[in-house]
Amino acid sequence: MIILSANSVIKQFGGLVAVNKFTFDLLEGQIASIIGPNGAGKTTFFNCITGFYKFDEGSIIFNGRSLEGKSPDLITRMGIARTYQNIRLFPNMTAIENILVGLHPRLKSFWVEAILQTPRVRKEEKEAEEEANRILDFVGLSGLGDQLARNLPYGAQRRLEIARAIASNPKLLLLDEPTAGMNPKESSVMMHFIQNLRDETGITILLIEHDMRVVMGISENIAVMDFGTKIAEGTPTEIQTNPRVIEAYLGRGAAAGFNK
Amino acid sequence: MREKQNTLKILLKSGLLSGVIALSVSMIGMVGLFSQRDMIAGVLTLGQLLLFASPAAFAYLEAVKISKDDWRKGLLAGLFIGVLSAIPLIILVIISTLVNLRQYFVSVSDTLIQILTFNQDVFLGSILLILVMAFVGLIAAGMRYMPIKYRHPIFQGLIWTFGVSLFSEVLSERVRSFFGSFITKIMFKSRATQPLFAIVLFVFIAGITYWQQGHKSSIKDFIDNQPPKKKRQYQLIFLGIGILILIILPLILGTYLSEVINNVGLYILMGLGLNIVVGFAGLLDLGYVAFFAIGAYTMAVLTSEGALGISAFSFWAALPFCVAASVSAGILLGIPVLRMRGDYLAIVTLGFGEIIRIMANSDLLKPFIGGAQGILQIPKPSIGNIVLFKPGQLYYVILIGVLIAAYISWRLRDSRLGRQWMAMREDEDVAEAMGINLVNTKLLAFAIGAGFSGLSGAIFASKLTSIFPHSFNLLISINVLSLIIVGGLGSIPGVVVGAAILVGLPELLREFKEYRLLMYGGLLIVMMLAKPEGFWPSTIQKRELHAFQESTSGNDT
Repeated sequence: MIILSANSVIKQFGGLVAVNKFTFDLLEGQIASIIGPNGAGKTTFFNCITGFYKFDEGSIIFNGRSLEGKSPDLITRMGIARTYQNIRLFPNMTAIENILVGLHPRLKSFWVEAILQTPRVRKEEKEAEEEANRILDFVGLSGLGDQLARNLPYGAQRRLEIARAIASNPKLLLLDEPTAGMNPKESSVMMHFIQNLRDETGITILLIEHDMRVVMGISENIAVMDFGTKIAEGTPTEIQTNPRVIEAYLGRGAAAGFNK
Repeated sequence: MREKQNTLKILLKSGLLSGVIALSVSMIGMVGLFSQRDMIAGVLTLGQLLLFASPAAFAYLEAVKISKDDWRKGLLAGLFIGVLSAIPLIILVIISTLVNLRQYFVSVSDTLIQILTFNQDVFLGSILLILVMAFVGLIAAGMRYMPIKYRHPIFQGLIWTFGVSLFSEVLSERVRSFFGSFITKIMFKSRATQPLFAIVLFVFIAGITYWQQGHKSSIKDFIDNQPPKKKRQYQLIFLGIGILILIILPLILGTYLSEVINNVGLYILMGLGLNIVVGFAGLLDLGYVAFFAIGAYTMAVLTSEGALGISAFSFWAALPFCVAASVSAGILLGIPVLRMRGDYLAIVTLGFGEIIRIMANSDLLKPFIGGAQGILQIPKPSIGNIVLFKPGQLYYVILIGVLIAAYISWRLRDSRLGRQWMAMREDEDVAEAMGINLVNTKLLAFAIGAGFSGLSGAIFASKLTSIFPHSFNLLISINVLSLIIVGGLGSIPGVVVGAAILVGLPELLREFKEYRLLMYGGLLIVMMLAKPEGFWPSTIQKRELHAFQESTSGNDT
């Protein structure tokens, strides 16, 4: 079943066409990747999905509903969560508080109830805290709940960002370069973590990634972007042998040499 | 060798800086004015204290930099700074004998020169000044080499003695009304403390502090070691005592101090509101006085018995309308500024505050709210037939308002909404991506903040019985913002501390009033350098500003 379907999406900034007629389908439960050189428009496409940018043309359908014109908070509540290329945690809040903010869409209490401390609020807050701790354990950060997000080591910050994203119980998780700045060993730990996350929760995951070992290792479907357009799509093996992809990454000469 | 030169250079710099500070507080007239207030009768005036504060502070700070074992060097540094501090003042004294400086500097009067020379002639006076300043520097530097066991009680003793002396006027009046004039005469002399009493007080406080050092921790341990249920009981007892003190406070304080406390209370109420907007939600609002004005004008129009009032409402019946009017104004202001951040938001809110004040002053609205003539004959609140006209009675109205506002702030801070605000303050885009509806979250911050301010304004109108547009100028917004910064952004007890320092103190020390803004500026600068998180910071604020130390110490463990 297709969970996310982007159909010739166009996003322009003045004269620059950042995303140009990008068409892409994502199957439920899949781990898919978008790759491409820097400035190809991958993050812009993420921003179009999450509602941070309004795309100019085309359509994005998520779970049977159009995302066009919806605000970021609404899209999150519809079941899409994301992480950022440069980690954007709430640095001066503790790890647990970060996850509690992520849990926000699942909580129902009204602020007046919080003033009155109704039993419902107390119950909800207690459950939220337990749930946050559970998520913290799940991403392997047990015991670090009271640490400030900014004081966590880099890898833990990446994990915490994912924890915060999955706290909203999304159907689709968008990860923007989850292994950026990691050494090969850390990358491979992160790769297994992502795979494990999908296997255990059944969440659909869409990655932007530069680390080819990670991309080829866990993706079931890969779309390649260059100058805003999709130049190829397919399984890892198909992508690895696609001349247009090699051309985009290494230049025309290399592609010619490869084909010999 | 080189190091020695460096130390000398630093000492020279801070010594002269200290001297320049002493010189400038003299030349702008603070020393002269403050000298009119005796602190310890015949021994010390506030002006002298101000004069000696700068060499004392600099000598202590320099001594702290010098190694702990090298006490000779430290004392010498203090002496050196003290002497240097006197030099600019002596130059001033000498010049003033040659030229009539008063033409250029109004405050350089004969009185000032007399103060600086201790009523002696120029030569002897200058030598005295150098000696006294050197002595002050020496003592201040010496404090650093005293074991903390003794230093702490001495500091406490000094703070209390100076504090009591500073507030002698109000305190002596209170003592007289409770214990009669005989005891008052032993303790106070006109507006100052008797020297003997000052010494006794110092010894007493220092002694108690010294004794307490051994026992304080054991009391705390005793309570901490109790089982949770017992601990809760103790907490309740302390809470009960606190509330009891709050209830009997106006009886202890008397009329004048109750009036001061009431003013502080109104600012606390405003501060609690602005603390939600700026401290929790991170929305810088410089036009906060607007909501205060709206609350006050609503109260005035609804209850005034004059020509402009409807007069059909009692204070209590009008109160909800005042809060509702302010809340609506908060939402109305919130809607156009939803997409604005930081500086832009500050400027728009600043404009909003001015618009409200100018409208209150305008001819357009004159038929309704009286323009510059304001609204008169606003009745004081009453319960049944009892009109609450005394400050000691109004106190309870304000107290209830403050307690409610503080409770709401406290509950909201730890709630889901509080986390929304915090997240928004940290990173607005990410907060939105976490499913937080920014429109609701911002409007709620503006609305609740405005509501507290409206409540404060309503009580203010009823307390003064008449209101005029000029009571609602920009300075109030600035005062409220300063007080929450001084207390610690986002901290609820911080608002109380900030209001007490920035509103209560100037009220008690009328001499300060002329230099109020200077003191604000000075206090804010000193605070940003020494205690950037405020006097009573929230845990978050503390974390934010000390994250560096935390992270480095975290790495060690």
